[in-house]
Formats: sequence, structure tokens, C-alpha cells
Amino acid sequence: MRSLYKFGLSVLLALGSAAALAGYAFNFPEPVTPIARETLHMHNLVMVVILVLFFLVFGLLIYSFRTHSKSAGYQAGKFTGPTSRKQWLWVLSPFALLFFIDYVVFGIPAYHAVVLYEDTKTDAELVVKVTGSQWLWQYDFPAEGVSYTSRLITPRNQIDSGAAKGEHYLLEVDNPLVLPVGKKIRFITTSNDVIHSWWVPAFGVKRDAVPGFLREFWATVEKTGTYRGQCSELCGKEHGFMPVVVNVVSQEEFAKWLASKKPVALAPAPTAATEPAAQAVLAKAQ
Amino acid sequence: MAHDMAHGLPVSDSHDGHYKGGWVRWLETTNHKDIGIMYLIFGFIMLFVGGAMILTVRLELFQPGLQFVQPELFNQLITLHGLVMVFGFAMPVATGLANYMLPMMIGAPDMALPRLNNWGFWILPPAAIMLTLPFFLGLMGIGPGAVDTGWTLYAPLSIQSGWGMDFAIFAVHMLGVSSILGSINVIVTILNMRAPGMTLMKMPLFAHGFLMTAVLLITIMPVFAGGVTMVLMDRHFDTHFFNAAGGGDPVLWQHIFWFMGHPEVYVLLLPIAGALPHVFSAFARKPIYGYKAQVYSFWAIAGLGLIVWAHHMFTSGMSLGSQIYFMYITMAISFPLAVLFFCWIATIWKGAMSFETPMLFALGSLVLFGWGGVTGLALSDAAADPQYHNAYFMVAHFHYAFYPTAVMGAMAAVYYWLPKWTGHMLNETLGKWHFWVTIVGFNLTFIPQFFVGLAGMPRRIPDYPLMFTEWNMLSSIGAFILGAAHLIFVYNVYKTIKGGDKAGDKAWEGAEGLEWTVPSPAPYHTFETPPVIK
Repeated sequence: MRSLYKFGLSVLLALGSAAALAGYAFNFPEPVTPIARETLHMHNLVMVVILVLFFLVFGLLIYSFRTHSKSAGYQAGKFTGPTSRKQWLWVLSPFALLFFIDYVVFGIPAYHAVVLYEDTKTDAELVVKVTGSQWLWQYDFPAEGVSYTSRLITPRNQIDSGAAKGEHYLLEVDNPLVLPVGKKIRFITTSNDVIHSWWVPAFGVKRDAVPGFLREFWATVEKTGTYRGQCSELCGKEHGFMPVVVNVVSQEEFAKWLASKKPVALAPAPTAATEPAAQAVLAKAQ
Repeated sequence: MAHDMAHGLPVSDSHDGHYKGGWVRWLETTNHKDIGIMYLIFGFIMLFVGGAMILTVRLELFQPGLQFVQPELFNQLITLHGLVMVFGFAMPVATGLANYMLPMMIGAPDMALPRLNNWGFWILPPAAIMLTLPFFLGLMGIGPGAVDTGWTLYAPLSIQSGWGMDFAIFAVHMLGVSSILGSINVIVTILNMRAPGMTLMKMPLFAHGFLMTAVLLITIMPVFAGGVTMVLMDRHFDTHFFNAAGGGDPVLWQHIFWFMGHPEVYVLLLPIAGALPHVFSAFARKPIYGYKAQVYSFWAIAGLGLIVWAHHMFTSGMSLGSQIYFMYITMAISFPLAVLFFCWIATIWKGAMSFETPMLFALGSLVLFGWGGVTGLALSDAAADPQYHNAYFMVAHFHYAFYPTAVMGAMAAVYYWLPKWTGHMLNETLGKWHFWVTIVGFNLTFIPQFFVGLAGMPRRIPDYPLMFTEWNMLSSIGAFILGAAHLIFVYNVYKTIKGGDKAGDKAWEGAEGLEWTVPSPAPYHTFETPPVIK
């Protein structure tokens, strides 16, 4: 099983490196959080198993098409089900294998991965509140009193009138979210209007931002860098134009950035007063 | 009894001359074959409507930037594509097949409730107009356009949407009434009008598949109709079912929608899963393998299908326990489906296969739906699902589930029974062209979507970052090839209606079943005296 998995992976990687040269991204981006690593591992495992299953059965079918055909002069059988004890064993064995694949090969690691994914309550060193709005993201650091919005800065003429597109076309914002590297961060999501979904593929996390409710997830980013994603729940006209950009920096840089942001946060937060009823529900949920 | 029923009606339908000529005949007909044909024609027209919409989308997505379609229109196109294909194409076509074939396959003279049948069909065209009218008005600059929330109609976006949404709500009501009427008719017909001697476990699998579909529809459509009515109340009558500020919950809508939406997948699958074994058996010249196992699998699929809905909502923030439950119970669906695949493969195994067009489509359906099924296992994994969910990987997955069954399976069935309907054999050369162009177009459309989804492209976006360009170009090219394949289909069917080699009563060498004991084309009335099944 293990060696088969490794072989499959190496084939996938070989295919992938060939494809990557041509600019065809074909798999999850390089994982930078424990969840993303776990997710990529699950994904590769599942893909290898289902590819093997699919092509085994497909191969069997091709064999059957060639052999059990009228043109090859094959005499059709008459059987309609298993008759002997031995045949019953043969018939039931694929389902035993399927049970093993479903609930052991996939089921056990998937269980642990889900438990990891939902481990939002322990050891968080920083809390970030992500609020979706049509059509921008608002980031709050509640304990530090920092709050700002983040919206697309790709010029309209690149979108509408075919001006040369920049490298980060549709994936660039005015104020990216800045996070410290190596710290467990607890994210809280909510929304001001409709459901949005905050997704950074390299973090392996996606969570809906539901108006009037709080949802949570966590991430410990292990590598500095800039990570990009997009809103992934249809939220109206500009759904395709509300990207997520996260700058992950060292602890010192993060402290400096936070300090530079603080005066701005003294201005009244724009959303707090707009939806008193929703805020009341939020307070209750907390 | 069945015999008496057909002739005891106050309006006798035993003479063709009774009907008024022209289109009034089609308006007033209670004949299951007429109504079946109307369902099929309606369904395939809607296939082209939904197809034209999605080709416009693929044209826009051919390269980055907005060229042809603005985001407002884009959202309407993807929404209508989904609703039209599910409710306008797939369900009516399956109902059409059932209407035409079910009485002939169980030896009944007609459906049990012929007038209900007529009513059920004639609700559909107004519903389709209701659904799409705001779209065309919008194109002419009148009103805000059609519903633009995605076919999932997620609240609160659907509360916020323009009056196209109200039209969609009423269209859903009408479509729901139509499918409930159709389902009642199927259940009553199957339970009461089988030929003497045909016990339930001697009934053709197609009838079993459709019986389960009917049971599912009667279970889920009222829930859906109630759900959209709640949206209507929230929009216009100040209720707060889906508004947290008033004590409601937007996620409640998702539960209601997917309680309908997931079984709906099996509503589309089961009629086809019932039809395919007949085709396999006919062209492998070998009896159906595991008949009972397949019947029980249909029931298991329908039963499990009703309790797995929240696997569509893994990113909505459910509790750990719910996620684990919905993951494991979803994996359980792989068992009855694996039974079906096993039986289908065992049916053709050691047969004497020949590869006429219906068989090609049935085999293509088997293989491609197989890939749709195993990628479903990937999506059931609650831990990896957030990376697939609402990304193109998931779009590709469900098209691998829908297209091979609802479209290719339906085409296999149409080609299989076409000689019975028209009295002519179809053109095999055209049929093979249709098949291979479909295979190339379909795979070229959707394989790139798996990759672009894994690379991180969300669905329902009118424009995308540059790194997704290559895959999208390939996918768009594939989509137009696939679109062209359907034109071959229409031409081939048209040609077969007009002429072709004469079909015998038993048009295919290995075909079994009551429908092959009546002449081709089938006379206007069949089995007025029920056959006796030993």
C-alpha cells in the first residue's frame, strides 16, 4: 500500500513538473500551514487510490470489450448472479476492499485531519477577525485595536479594455492582511451583508463568512511570504473581484507594522454602528 | 381491470379521429406516447437553451479580462444554466422516457392518470418562460434581469436579488407541482397497472429506477417549495427566516436547499441507472446480472441520499460531530453505487458484445460516471473538502456525475428506443461520430477544470488571475466541441424520424422486454389487452 502510494506520487510529480514548465498549475500550491500539509497529504492519498481503482476497472473493461465481443466470436454466458460459496466470496471481496478504503485508508486520516482543522480553541497567540462585505474584506485585530479594509487595486482598464495585465492581476489589494510567521492565529469570520468565503489555498483553509454569526478557523503559517486567494462564495456582482492577500512576516516586522497601524485604528470603526441588531446577535454568540 | 379503466373513461381515446387536428391535438392529448414525446422535445430544447447560456460563459472565460459579458449578466447565465439543465432538461427528459416507455414495459395501456399527465406536462412550458423571461427582458433593458444567485439560491443573496428571483420562486413552485404530479402518476401506474403475473420483483429495472425517483421527488419537492416560499416571505413580507438580525439563520436555507439538492442528484441518476442495464443486457446478449441487488441498491441510494445533504456545507462552519457524521455517511453511498457498477460490468462480462451507438453511449456513461463517482469520494473527505469546495475541482466532479448520466445516459436510452418510436434504425455512422465527438469534447472541457480547481480557481467568477489562463482556454475549446456534438444528435434523430432502414418489432438482436413485442413504430395504443407474464 505504502510503496504503491509512493510510486503513484512520484508519477504525479513527474507529470506535474512537466506540466508546471508549460505554466499549467495542476495541484494544490505548496502547503505552508499544518492544515495545508495534512490536506495535501489526504488529497494525494485519495487521488492515488482512486486513479488506481479507476484505471484497474477501466483496464478490465477494455479487456472485456476486446474479448467478450460478438465480432471476436465469443459465446455469451447466461449467469445472473453468484451461485456457489466460492463465487459469493469473489463477489463480496471488492466490497470488503471498498469498506477498507473508505473507512480505514481514507476514514482514519480524514478523521484526524478534521479534528486538527477544528482545533480553534487552543493556544492561539493572536486573534484576527475577518469580515466580508460587498465587495471587500475588513480585518480587525480586536486585542490590539487595529482595524482596516482591504480591497482590489487592479485598475479597471486592465479588466475591461484589455490593457496589459500585471503579474498579480485580480490578486492585488491596497492593504493586505499582515501576520507573524510561526504563531498560531485564531481567525473569526463574519459578514456585513451576504455570505462570503475566505480562502487562501496555500493555508489549506476556507471558511464561510456568515452574516450575523461567527465562524472560526486557525492557521500557523510556517514560512514568510505573500499568499493570495479569492472569495469563494458567490456574493453578488463583484464576487470575482474581492481577493485575499496575506503578507506573512517575521515577528519583529509584524510588531513594527502593528505599531504603525495603531493610530489609524483610533478613528471610529465603520461597521460597528451600522447594524446594531446583527451586532447584538454577535455579542450573544460570543 | 387495467383494460376496463382505459375504456371506462367518459372521453374515449380509442380512435385517432377523435382528436382535433393541428396543435390542439397536442394541447389536449392524454396519450402517454404523445405526452412522452412532448416531454422529450421540451427537454432537448431546454438542453440547447442551457447549453447556449454556458457556451456564452465559456466564451467569456476563454481569456482573462471581461470581453463579452459583464458580471451582472454572467451571474444570471450561470444561475439559469444550472436551473435550466436540472429542472428544464434532465428531469423532463427522464419523465418523457418514463411516459413513453413505462406503460409499454409493464404491459399497461397508458399511464394510470392520463389527464393529470397532460396537466403535468403543460405546466412546464409556462414555468420555463417564467424562469427565463426576466433574462430576456433584462437583455432588452427592461428590469434587473433573471435570478443571479447561482442555482443554489443562497440566502441572503437571494433576499437581495432583483425581481428575477421572484419569477424563479414561482417557476420553482410550478416545476415542483409538475414533478409531483408526474411522480404520483408513475407510482400509481406502477403499483396498479402492471400486466397480470408481473410481480414487483419481475418488473423491468427502468420501472424500479423511476419508482425510486418518484418517491424521492414527492419527498423533497414540497420541502423545496416551502423553502423558496420562505425566501419570498423574507423578501416581501418582513419575515426573518434567513436574517440573523431578526433571529433567523442564513445557513438554514442551505440545509433546506441541500435536503432537496442532494436527493435531486439521485432523482436525475436513478431513471438512467434503471435504463442502462437494459442497454447493457441487449448489446451483450446476456441477461441482466444481479437484478435484485440493483433493485435494493436503488432503494439504498434513495434512502442514503436523504441523509447526507450537509456534505455540501463543510465550509459553512458546522460542528466537528456533524462534519464527521456527514463524511462517513457520504462514504456509505459508495456501497450501493459500487453494487450498481459491479452488476453493470458483470452484465457485459463474458457477453457477446457489439458496439452500436446506444451501447457506446451506455459504456461511455459507465466509464465517465465511474470517474465522477470516485472523485465524489475525494469530496466526501471533510478535511480536504474545503480545498475542493466552490472551486473548479468540484464543478468538474459534478459534471462528471451529471453529464454521463443525465445527458449521455439519456442519449443511450433515446438511441436504444428510437427504432421503437420511429420504426427506423438510426444512422450508425452519425451515431458513432456523435459519440466520439462527445467524448473528446466532454473530457477536454472538464479535465482542465479539475486541474484549475486544484490550482485554486473559485467557481462563479467572470474573470480570473493569469495563472489559470491555459486550462480555461482548453476548457472553452472543449465546451464548443461538446456543443457541436449535440447538433449531430439532433440531426441524427431528425434523419431517423424521416427515414432509414426498417426496424423490426425487436429492433436489436439481444433486446428483451415487453416493449419489443409490439410493432415498430409502436401503434398509438398498445396493450389494450394486457399480456400475461409467466
